[in-house]
Amino acid sequence: MIENDIAVQVRDLRRTFGSFVAVDNISLRVEKGEIFGFLGPNGAGKSTTIRMLCGLLKPTSGGGSVAGFDILSESESIKQSIGYMSQRFSLYDDLTIEENINFFSGIYNVPRQKRAERKDFILSISGLHERKEELTKNLPTGFKQRLALGCAVLHDPSILFLDEPTSGVDPMSRRNFWKLIYDMAGRGTTVFVTTHYMDEADYCGRLALIYRGKIVAEGTPADLRLRFMKQDVLEIPVDRPVEALESLEKEGLESAIFGSALHVVVDDAATEIPRIERILSAANIRAGKIEKILPSLEDVFVALIESS
Amino acid sequence: MSILRVKAITKKEFIQVGRDTFSLLMAFLMPVMLLVIFGYAITLDVNKIRTVVYDQDKSSESRELISRFRDCGYFTVEAYLDNHLDIDSNLDSGNAFAAIWIPRDFSKKLQARIDSPIQIILDGSDSNTATIAQGYILAITEEYNAKFRGVRAVPLVDARIRVWYNTELKSRNFIVPGLIAVIMSVIVALLTSLTIAREWERGTMEQLISTPVKTSELILGKLIPYFVIGLIDTLVAIGMSVFLFDVALRGSIVLLIALSSIFLFGSLSFGIFISIISKSQVLAAQMAMIGTFLPAFLLSGFMFAISNMPKPLQVLTYAVPARYFVSIVKSIFLKGSTLTMIGVEALLLVIYAVAVFMIANRKLAKRIM
Repeated sequence: MIENDIAVQVRDLRRTFGSFVAVDNISLRVEKGEIFGFLGPNGAGKSTTIRMLCGLLKPTSGGGSVAGFDILSESESIKQSIGYMSQRFSLYDDLTIEENINFFSGIYNVPRQKRAERKDFILSISGLHERKEELTKNLPTGFKQRLALGCAVLHDPSILFLDEPTSGVDPMSRRNFWKLIYDMAGRGTTVFVTTHYMDEADYCGRLALIYRGKIVAEGTPADLRLRFMKQDVLEIPVDRPVEALESLEKEGLESAIFGSALHVVVDDAATEIPRIERILSAANIRAGKIEKILPSLEDVFVALIESS
Repeated sequence: MSILRVKAITKKEFIQVGRDTFSLLMAFLMPVMLLVIFGYAITLDVNKIRTVVYDQDKSSESRELISRFRDCGYFTVEAYLDNHLDIDSNLDSGNAFAAIWIPRDFSKKLQARIDSPIQIILDGSDSNTATIAQGYILAITEEYNAKFRGVRAVPLVDARIRVWYNTELKSRNFIVPGLIAVIMSVIVALLTSLTIAREWERGTMEQLISTPVKTSELILGKLIPYFVIGLIDTLVAIGMSVFLFDVALRGSIVLLIALSSIFLFGSLSFGIFISIISKSQVLAAQMAMIGTFLPAFLLSGFMFAISNMPKPLQVLTYAVPARYFVSIVKSIFLKGSTLTMIGVEALLLVIYAVAVFMIANRKLAKRIM
């Protein structure tokens, strides 16, 4: 049963290493053209899952399909239609940028007439046109990551698996990298990306949160915030944040300073806003408009782990 | 099998070897160095035996006997002693290998035509040299006796010996060709043993196995550059044998190169196989050394005649490909053998090469664990 609009589908996927359960019966489904984020702390089972999907690691039990091919019996066919970028930088350090691109062009059997065009494309997305004759080992990490991404999509795969592509990269390069991922998705490529940066989760169309080998939540970022964050977060612009914080905490309200504003976590915004206004005016603090804001995914993740 | 993919891998390996000084040194300098060192160092010929003489007789007869030793070319007289205690110290210190002690009444007894013993002491700690020296000494004294008696005893059996293939009986003539075989098996296995282990260590293997590349393409692509290097090494080694060591190549050079290629293919595949199972460069290099150097040196018939080995060891030598190659190289060099004479060995090399390649191909799983 292979549906046409499904890129990845797995059921009860499990992988153990000795007595350690790295991936514990996970099931998930990724539609074509999605940017699917796989979120979790280090050691949660993200890489193990992605390796099983790419046919690099045999599942202990369970199964599924990637790009319409069975992950147990057709892993070589899967490799024709996917691009994979591993967590560790895996291009050849002792080859130049151009030699790396040529090598992977050959390995992916890119047709001769398309090679020049693909090489040009990769050099321009990685911004390495002028440096193509330099040895790869001399590149800064951000460039290396973009080159690795380029080499993984040389053959224009329908699904792209990225394992922690932005780890160890500065914020500016991370933003550029995500722009590239968006470009790929815009051209119809399905992107399956793992990360442990919570702020990157908002870039994804849909997310699965994995913790200790189990998927603890799944949905769009907005969805996850709504469903799993039971309390409200209020933002209050104030003129004297430190004094405001002291007076609110004296009244038992959990608060934190964010620049010139306070974030306060409350059970029910409607009843608590008038109370906060009273406390602040009693303390002679001028406050702006109190607003309910979206909790960050980090808040959601912490809340989920604490409840599980 | 995609030629394009094999080509991509071959090209990449060529570039990588070309940029790696260590690999280059190992590929080109090491075989030359080994050949020079071993070619000059390993000689089984016994000449210039260091000898000390303690001549108590000091007669014209004793002097003639000593000059016969000195002039035959196998003995060099290091010192004339005047004290028998010095014989001990010279042999103990290794200053002399042999000592000749001629007693006071040597010439008197000779003239009286009675038994006239002389004492010869040899350093038996090197039994091989001592045995050969013993032969020389017996021949010299025999000749001296005959001359002194004035009549030649007529022997009943007259053995007329002719030596074929290596007429001068120079050990270099059979050591150098055998050495080519030993060096080739070590170098190429060592070179390839690192290639796949290196990819695992650097994490590039994970990328490679995520691509549609086939294991046979990967192995073949990695073999080709080292095959070319191995072939260049072989030609250099043949050239050195002929021009540096004066070993005449009697057989066909084309046949020698063709059979060397088959042997190279097998040794390279063996190196790849080691690389696949060890996954670490240090371990792979050690395994390659132990797996090729020891058998090639000890069990190939290069140094020690297989027929003199105990039976179980003899059986073991059949599993050592260098055994066939050593015999092929020696035969072509010294006997000028043609393919029909060494066909069995050649066939066994082909079988070995194909088998090892297939085993390596099966062992290389495109999986992480």
